[in-house]
Amino acid sequence: MYILSIDTSNQSLGVAIMKNDIVIGEVITNIAKNHSVRLMPAIDELMKEVNITPEQLEKIVVAKGPGSYTGVRIGLTTAKTLAWALNIPVVGVSSLEALAYQGRFSQALVCPFFDARRGLVFTGVYQWKEGKLSLVREETNMLMEDLLQSFLEQNQEVLFLSPDIDKHAENIKGKLGDLAIIPENTFQIANPSHLALASTNYEADHTHSLTPNYLRLAEAEANWLKSQKETK
Amino acid sequence: MGEFKMKKDTYILGIETSCDETAVAIVKNGTEIISNIVASQIESHKRFGGVVPEIASRHHVEQMTIVLEEAFQESNLNWKDIDAIAVTEGPGLVGALLIGVNAAKALAFAKQKPLIGVHHIAGHIYANRLEKEFQFPLLALIVSGGHTELVLMKEHGRYELIGETRDDAAGEAYDKVARMLELPYPGGPHIDRLASEGEASIDLPRAWLEDDSYDFSFSGLKSAVINTIHNAKQRGESLKKEDIAASFQASVIDVLTTKTVKAAKNYHVKQVIVAGGVAANKGLRTALTEKFAETDIPLLVPPLRLCTDNAAMIAAAGTISYEQGKRSGMDLNANPSLLLK
Ligand SMILES: [Zn+2]
Repeated sequence: MYILSIDTSNQSLGVAIMKNDIVIGEVITNIAKNHSVRLMPAIDELMKEVNITPEQLEKIVVAKGPGSYTGVRIGLTTAKTLAWALNIPVVGVSSLEALAYQGRFSQALVCPFFDARRGLVFTGVYQWKEGKLSLVREETNMLMEDLLQSFLEQNQEVLFLSPDIDKHAENIKGKLGDLAIIPENTFQIANPSHLALASTNYEADHTHSLTPNYLRLAEAEANWLKSQKETK
Repeated sequence: MGEFKMKKDTYILGIETSCDETAVAIVKNGTEIISNIVASQIESHKRFGGVVPEIASRHHVEQMTIVLEEAFQESNLNWKDIDAIAVTEGPGLVGALLIGVNAAKALAFAKQKPLIGVHHIAGHIYANRLEKEFQFPLLALIVSGGHTELVLMKEHGRYELIGETRDDAAGEAYDKVARMLELPYPGGPHIDRLASEGEASIDLPRAWLEDDSYDFSFSGLKSAVINTIHNAKQRGESLKKEDIAASFQASVIDVLTTKTVKAAKNYHVKQVIVAGGVAANKGLRTALTEKFAETDIPLLVPPLRLCTDNAAMIAAAGTISYEQGKRSGMDLNANPSLLLK
């Protein structure tokens, strides 16, 4: 089964093509450039490189956020439309969960996060146990200070993973000292192939109703979503 | 007899998401609507008194594949019938445009079809071709929430801007005045209705600008309406909303129709077409119809359902680009300030 994975939810742009559980092609760029312009050409080029045509694809996996609202929507729109047009399943995976795969061999709590400005971060707490990743604290949008305080009280080692790590490393170390594990920068961005791996734990989404994992709703949006649910 | 040349029909799938409608349509030969689905978000934006860009983008991503499916089902066509995918690339709200553009690219890639970026206003103009064939040269008056423009066309697919607004678009002025009169959003239709019940008894300015200019300006008029309401309040008088609406609308229509007629005569056009959301305005339609009845230039006003944003118009304009060999690459982007050329 050929699987196409897409991640444009944060600054890095990632595309991977897997044959079952084998990575046959992967592209990651980590530059502040426009995802809308570059995503389809990246997919097109990688598919040509590995000699796969669109009809050969059997599943699409997409990072559904949190992250940049616009970036998440570009990835989701592309993934949903491809899945619909090719009549194949699509699976949305949390961008935080995909990043947590970089902590695969750590015994510590895994804390992937994305900077959400004004002291806030999009984050969740994960843990690897016997080769399986589990969510130990719900993903949310919270103050970094509150997050660090909670870890301090827990008094447990935490592995921090984030493309925005440079901005926060000093603060984390200052607050948590030896409890904080901060690996090298090569571990701090998600691999799109991990999205495909993570997707094996989930049923396919309904193509029409797959929506972004924004984690932050304007009040008006929250009301709107509520009214949507009521009409369904 | 003896003509065995077979001309295959052209089917273009159009996508439009520049503002608050998610729309998909399929058009045959640039002139015939096969399917035309519009999912409007107006109910969702009403409570904010205008379109909220972030909310519009969120709706588009949720609606896109649903609307695609509906448009396809209604058409009874197969993918092999579709010749190309046309999409609005601008102008509009960037976050909203991005959904249509990325969906179009994904479709073009998945089905290996040509991709065509379309200017939103070219779409509004070509909405008219779904009713009647064009005759060149033609003059198009485009009036909407974002636009007030006079465009001259000497042939298919080529646009010459001869006049545009220097400040507010006509539709914008309508929305602002409607807010002053405490009318619900969108205000245009309410002003149009009130105007028909009132009398244009208040003297409001008309911005004619320079003698040879086909440009427009509505900000002075808007200020004059504010001052009029304010001064009346100061004097303890009350003005009838109907009369304010009628006077405001009379000023807008006077300038729009006079400049359009003048341009039509000067450029010796064979046809005048009206496009954009404000073309739904009854006062404007009536005034233009009357003015052009005095000339021998035929006036084309699209039916209401084709005045507002839809994707059939994008497919119709895209058909011309397709026939002219224009193609967009997989790096097509949303361009919120795209120029009409
Ligand atoms: Zn429009």
